[in-house]
Amino acid sequence: MKQDTLYQYILGIADNSLILGQRLGELCGHGPTLETDIAITNISLDLIGQTRSYYQYAAGLCDDGRTEDDIAFLRKEREYRNVLLVEQPNTHFGYVMVRQFFFDVFHLLFLKELQQSSDETLVAIANKAVKEVTYHQRFSSDWVKRLGDGTKESHEKIQEAVDDLWRYTEGLFYVTEVESAAVKDGIGVAVSSLKDAYYEHIKSVLTEATLSVPEHSFFQKGGKDGIHTEHMGYLLSDLQYMQRTFPNMNW
Amino acid sequence: MVIKFDGLTEVTPHIEPHLLDVLETVSDPEIPVLSVLDLGVIREAVEVDGVVHIKLTPTYSGCPAMDVMSDDLKTAFEKAGKKAIVKLVLAPAWSSDWISEAGKKKMEAYGIAAPLDATADKEALLGEAKVVACTNCGSKNTRLVSQFGSTACKALFQCNDCQEPFDYFKCLT
Ligand SMILES: [Zn+2]
Repeated sequence: MKQDTLYQYILGIADNSLILGQRLGELCGHGPTLETDIAITNISLDLIGQTRSYYQYAAGLCDDGRTEDDIAFLRKEREYRNVLLVEQPNTHFGYVMVRQFFFDVFHLLFLKELQQSSDETLVAIANKAVKEVTYHQRFSSDWVKRLGDGTKESHEKIQEAVDDLWRYTEGLFYVTEVESAAVKDGIGVAVSSLKDAYYEHIKSVLTEATLSVPEHSFFQKGGKDGIHTEHMGYLLSDLQYMQRTFPNMNW
Repeated sequence: MVIKFDGLTEVTPHIEPHLLDVLETVSDPEIPVLSVLDLGVIREAVEVDGVVHIKLTPTYSGCPAMDVMSDDLKTAFEKAGKKAIVKLVLAPAWSSDWISEAGKKKMEAYGIAAPLDATADKEALLGEAKVVACTNCGSKNTRLVSQFGSTACKALFQCNDCQEPFDYFKCLT
């Protein structure tokens, strides 16, 4: 496989973790309770840690002295390959948990497949990440159930989040050219094959949470091709602020 | 610090005996009673031509203690008159089973409940069974407060009898 294709493929995986990690990081010190605040930042830390492993691997494939920081902080909006779901704002805690749940279920299915990749570095990262994401999914599933089967208000709020974020789920299974090439080489995960298991799992948890499964089939496309929602620009201006203001700064 | 992957290393770490004394002096900055050896994060330590080569594996991907441990290892060997090169390796992925028995005892004495086996851990973290003993009074009448505690590797519990809140080191296998 061409180095550039592999590079692009790795970024496609890692960008989801970076952007979701950033979103969760925004909540540091703002969680509804101390315990949830700590949980959310712990999940953020796991995701950013995984991102670092991917980016370091990707940077090592380039001969131009590029570093993980260059990849994280110095790309333009259209060069980020994350799905639209993870860039959606922290509207309220119900949104945060549904966004997390919708992503975690995919993430875990994805990593379990990535463990079978022919690329041993990706396997090593996946082996590590799969243990962490198991905890993430347990946490977000619990909250979806608690809020769904909670008070009238919590039920209404989380149902609203489910209905709103549903449109971004299909984007997880969109296959890019880079992904097809990676799958063909035995490196990549055929995401479309995860779709049935994904929706089955999501539906069973929503049902247990006494929430209704949205029936509309309008799904917003974009993300993986670099076309993002309006929220992405704001997120990036925050994420990239230090590097743009003080180029090449280091901790 | 750059993570370099260099193939599957064996699960049993290869540590040259004469390096153990210095390694024992380096501790986990988040749980200072545990040395890096107790924690099982040193996967290899060998001396070649006067230079110590160490392979360190992270407990969690984003664990901020790793950079500190790496620096502390270099400093400790420098004090012993040796140069040390530390590499972070990802495979095989760290497991809480690698924490030594001595390490588990030290952890308990420090006030952190040591990881249970995988099945009991799952029951404990799902709130299905009361199996984590209070580090203060020993009662098993405890409850899970949060699956995520003060650091990535811990969950938060509270004792229903003596009311003591305490950390539980999560099972990661
Ligand atoms: Zn007690």
